[in-house]
Amino acid sequence: MPITDEVKLDDESKLGSLTKKIRGHQGMIIGSVIVFAVIAIALLAPLLAPHDPYEQDLMKRLLPPFWDSRGSWEHIFGTDHLGRDYLSRLIYGARISLLIGIGAALISGLIGTIMGVMAGYFGGRVDMVVTFLITVRLSMPVVLVALAVVAIVGGSLQVVITVLGLLLWDRFAVVMRSSTLQIRSMDYVAAAQAVGCSVSRVLMTEVMPNVVNNLIVITTIEIAHAIILEAALSFLGLGVQPPLPSWGLMVSEGKDMMLFEPWLITIPGVALFLLVLAINLMGDGVRDITAPENRN
Amino acid sequence: MSDRVLDVKNLSIDIPLAEGMLHAVDGIDIHVDKGETLCIVGESGCGKSLTSLAVMDLLPKKAIRRLERLDLAGASILDYSEQQMSDIRGSKMGMIFQEPMTSLNPAFTIGNQMVETLQRHRNMNRVAARDLAKRMLEKVGITAADQRLNQYPHQLSGGLRQRVMIAMTLLCEPELIIADEPTTALDVTIQAQILLLLQELQSEFDMGLILITHDLGVVARIATRVAVMYAGQIVEQGTVKQIFDNPMHPYTRGLMRCIPVPGKTKPGEPLGSIPGMVPSLVGKFTGCRFAERCDHVTDACRQSDIELRAESGETQSYRCIIDAKEMAKVA
Amino acid sequence: MAGETASDADIEAIRKLYGFDRPILVQYLDWLQRAIAGDLGKSYYFRTDVSSLIGERLPTTMMLGVSAITFAIVFSVPLGVAAAIRPNSIIDRVALFLSVMGQALPSFWFALMLIILLSVNLRLLPTSGSDTWLHFVMPTVVLGYYAAPAIMRLTRTGMLEVLSTDYIRTARAKGLRPSVVLFKHALRNAIIPVVSLAAVQFGFMLGGSIVVETIFALHGAGFLAWESITRNDLPTVQGLILVFSLFYIVLTFLADLLNAWLDPRIRIS
Repeated sequence: MPITDEVKLDDESKLGSLTKKIRGHQGMIIGSVIVFAVIAIALLAPLLAPHDPYEQDLMKRLLPPFWDSRGSWEHIFGTDHLGRDYLSRLIYGARISLLIGIGAALISGLIGTIMGVMAGYFGGRVDMVVTFLITVRLSMPVVLVALAVVAIVGGSLQVVITVLGLLLWDRFAVVMRSSTLQIRSMDYVAAAQAVGCSVSRVLMTEVMPNVVNNLIVITTIEIAHAIILEAALSFLGLGVQPPLPSWGLMVSEGKDMMLFEPWLITIPGVALFLLVLAINLMGDGVRDITAPENRN
Repeated sequence: MSDRVLDVKNLSIDIPLAEGMLHAVDGIDIHVDKGETLCIVGESGCGKSLTSLAVMDLLPKKAIRRLERLDLAGASILDYSEQQMSDIRGSKMGMIFQEPMTSLNPAFTIGNQMVETLQRHRNMNRVAARDLAKRMLEKVGITAADQRLNQYPHQLSGGLRQRVMIAMTLLCEPELIIADEPTTALDVTIQAQILLLLQELQSEFDMGLILITHDLGVVARIATRVAVMYAGQIVEQGTVKQIFDNPMHPYTRGLMRCIPVPGKTKPGEPLGSIPGMVPSLVGKFTGCRFAERCDHVTDACRQSDIELRAESGETQSYRCIIDAKEMAKVA
Repeated sequence: MAGETASDADIEAIRKLYGFDRPILVQYLDWLQRAIAGDLGKSYYFRTDVSSLIGERLPTTMMLGVSAITFAIVFSVPLGVAAAIRPNSIIDRVALFLSVMGQALPSFWFALMLIILLSVNLRLLPTSGSDTWLHFVMPTVVLGYYAAPAIMRLTRTGMLEVLSTDYIRTARAKGLRPSVVLFKHALRNAIIPVVSLAAVQFGFMLGGSIVVETIFALHGAGFLAWESITRNDLPTVQGLILVFSLFYIVLTFLADLLNAWLDPRIRIS
């Protein structure tokens, strides 16, 4: 390799950047493992849960988890104020979080992609309208509006997914719009150069991977976003309604007793934290792995 | 020897890479006296910029610098701490870079950036410093200096910015200025002006000037002495007259053929070129580095490392085992 | 993003905004007309003017927001700078670790955990009310931590970029002291996008204040929002949405303005 005067070395040697990639991979590996584990748990809930998450037993209220001296192996994570098994509720709660996250992301992804692509493709007035709508959406206090809408329509799983889906589309729209504009500008260049084949090749090898990469990253962001929002809504009482075992709801139900029975809020909280963390790590990992390679 | 502004002996720069140790610069000696302009010539990648950074101790952290001697105006700065180095940078020795467009901080005015140098090294108050800055701007040929001081870099053209850089470097009247391709990024007409300016200032301040370039035209115009670098080594050095009238090393001669030199090249004569590429300098390299591209290469050339040699009493030296006169006969 | 569109569009945005939420357009336009004149109607629950109600509660939220964003900045910017100076060092990894953790932490849960830890176990801080500055400590942390990762990352990236520029090389070649090179020359340029981001994050804190104020029983606009929603106090809710939206818009503009003002290349052209 010829030496260059332009050897602008950052203070990482090649060795350093490689270990960084591995570290990034590490995070991504951990994240992916956790996410898939949660998905598996959610899918296999009926098989994994030791009890019925809705079954109440008022004689066995507020039993502590197994690590406490008063705990037992029958209720590994203890029971809540209605005597329902916490572990089972936790497991079924995974379904809710994932449903919300994926559902909202799908809806918002669809809306955002359609809007973005239309704006980028048609340009002109369509673009103006879409940009306008994005601005409107960005000026809205999401939490407040979501709360208000749920309060009016009534809380339920479907309502929450729909409301979040209708609110979280902006990033999708922005990204798809700029990607579409990029593709469109290539069309004009191609027309000018009359080089038909290679444009589609460039499209496939350069633009599309970029678009897909961005889409994946944003999807993970919005899934995590939706999960946290639902948890907050349910915590405030305006999300998923009892007796559904939403993790946010579990924290809310447990907070009155949190001083003496802290596990009621720590366990679902940790679950939320881990799931969101894992999703973020996956998204970061995808971005780190694909971005520098795109540059090469 | 009290006239010697810079004395560098046996400078080597190694850069650890994933694929091995890159020997970017290998045992070079350079020196500059007061009032002298040393031009370091070479193509991109030969190590000339790294050399200048090594003198200023501004190499990237990973680079390893080895020196036998580094004297600035007679004092050894070889073992200077970072604190000591930062004291002499900008005051005893200054550097001008290639890209005037990006070498000034866009967030501060010209005046601010000039005044801070004086405040740092001369402990001047703002008013006195600003006054000196203004006079220095005028000296480098900038009119309306007062307004210029209040302007931001993006409001000036490339040529003006380079003048500002020069003025800024001169503020503390350094003994040595290193200019790394100061005119490469400028228009040809501006280039000539800047070079002239550098010459005038150098004689006025009686400084040593090292000018790094790949352009032999610049060398012809401004150099007192020339050092030709190739693949991390100096392959030839001498006075400008010696190098142009009587280049000895095959690389130097190749360079001379490549560009039209006023007074030497006849009109209509085809320009030469040097085929081949610079060898990789990662890991151990024995023998002449120019061997692959040399017309006169022999087996002996690759056997062992080659020293610079000079005819006795001559100031011109070159790094080749074949006698220059022999090569001249063949060429 | 808002800055890309024309400013008159934003005034239109508020008008259109309520056109989407409600089907009864006429009712809306009527309300809007009065709203622009400053009359936001009367609260169903409190039987006072919505505008004075909000006006009463807003200062608390503003105080909370300002201290939260200050906390976020004071915590994240130095961390980002330190991480950029020594990439891949321990401090860099700690900074990135904290940032990843912070983004995953649900705010309401964090609030409850802090309460258990600091109020109950250690008896350091009060759990509710808004009488003394101590009451604001936990809410500030809970509201501010969410903005910290983004600010830290942007500072770090910005500094890394700036530190490898030609003008920083010039500053070093001039023999300026390392602290001067870092804080005067480098940070001044790297901080420009961070200031914009902070302004935008400040806007988001209004939304976040709903949860925080409700948990800590701070009588600000966020708490009012929750109260009004659960009581179906429509005029108040509408008024709050309007006020919050206005804030977002103003802050986004402010962010763009700050961006332009801090960069002489944009300011002077």
